[in-house]
Amino acid sequence: MSDRIWVGTRKGLFAIERSTAGWSITDAMLLGDPVTMLVEDRNGAIHAAQDMGHFGSKIKRSVDSGNSWEERAVPQYPEMPEGYEEIDPIHNLPVKWDLRTIWSLENGHRDRPNELWCGTIPGGLFRSSDGGDTWQMVEGLWYHPDRKNWVGGGADFPGIHSILIDPRSADTVRIGVSCGGIWVSEDGGEKWDCRGVGQRAEYMPPEQAMNPAVQDPHCVVQCSTNPDRIWIQHHNGIFRSDDAGDTCSEIVCENPSSFGFATVVDPNDPDTAWFIPGVKDQQRYPRDGSLVVTRTADAGETFESLTNGLPQTHAYDLVYRHALDIDGRGERLAFGSTTGNFWVSENRGEHWTQISSTLPPVYCVKFSSSP
Amino acid sequence: MAQLHFTQNLRRHTPCPSYIGDAPTVAVLLNDYFDKYAGVRSYVLDDQGQVRHHVKVLVDGVNLRDRAALSDALTPDSEVYVFQALSGG
Repeated sequence: MSDRIWVGTRKGLFAIERSTAGWSITDAMLLGDPVTMLVEDRNGAIHAAQDMGHFGSKIKRSVDSGNSWEERAVPQYPEMPEGYEEIDPIHNLPVKWDLRTIWSLENGHRDRPNELWCGTIPGGLFRSSDGGDTWQMVEGLWYHPDRKNWVGGGADFPGIHSILIDPRSADTVRIGVSCGGIWVSEDGGEKWDCRGVGQRAEYMPPEQAMNPAVQDPHCVVQCSTNPDRIWIQHHNGIFRSDDAGDTCSEIVCENPSSFGFATVVDPNDPDTAWFIPGVKDQQRYPRDGSLVVTRTADAGETFESLTNGLPQTHAYDLVYRHALDIDGRGERLAFGSTTGNFWVSENRGEHWTQISSTLPPVYCVKFSSSP
Repeated sequence: MAQLHFTQNLRRHTPCPSYIGDAPTVAVLLNDYFDKYAGVRSYVLDDQGQVRHHVKVLVDGVNLRDRAALSDALTPDSEVYVFQALSGG
């Protein structure tokens, strides 16, 4: 069971740890700069992606649990061919092949302990085979002709926010794109197909609403012990896949809402997943100022509202897509909000304990896999 | 010999001491500098080798004209400053 949580925020990285006295913030690292994403790799190193604003995105790595950090390579977009111009389909403006934001960092398959994957804005996917020393663009995706049809969702340019490495095959990779849907490669990134039939986009004309390539899945997660089960918190609601993302069914949760960004799935039970809803889709705050985590334990037939320990009046917390996590045993959950609040549950969401109300806006939350 | 100076805010992230060099253009001056201080390149230039959107470069008090190829000419007495553009917040 993990007793440490890494929390990336608008103003740095924090460690939250459990002692006999309970959970508390025990360390503040990389202070002053946004940490947009992080991953603890299979060798125990922590990789923190920073958005340096004026100076671009960087990655720092710590091999001593955050005591010291060194700057490492960042994914680099290829040189644009002479005379080539790529035009954004919505704004009709040139798209620069340039790293804007590191939006996802994931470990490779357990059989490849030095492999890391990185999803970025404006839509590049990268892989490292040497623990983040160097990065290579996944060219099969970047040069796929349909990739240029992706558009921004919540940002000017499209991005890859979810990377799922199939536990059954190190070469089977699924990604979630805002906005571009769910894409799958079964050969390590050479060939890619857009899947996810069944997702629905209200923000498109009716004849295009079911087009898999225009979808905005906010967050895509896969059950590690039953990888055919995928849960999607989509811009237009909750979707479930029983065939590893090839097809999806819409799940309705009206109380309080199907809109949100974050979701996690129980690693041991594919039918159990958690969501943090908000008022759809322009306003994005908890309905009636009441912060709720919803949980289904029957594959989406019914949902419970989990409120014990969460503020039920005048709470305006929004939880970003990477700011909710579940530990490897499926017992502890943790999330942080745009308001700087942070909660932990040790019993699958039945009760929440507030750990802080003064953090910077929270971007990403990751349970440590180290003991 | 042209002089090159960086905003102090960049020193928080990577060593970037001032520099004096003989170069006909800003591109040559910066490339010579990056040969010595490789870590600075990605803070100033983007993946296409162009000046980052929110980085400001002044040559003898005038904003850099060619932010793509950095072809602005230098004189032996030129002073080049690399700052954060306030547009970046």
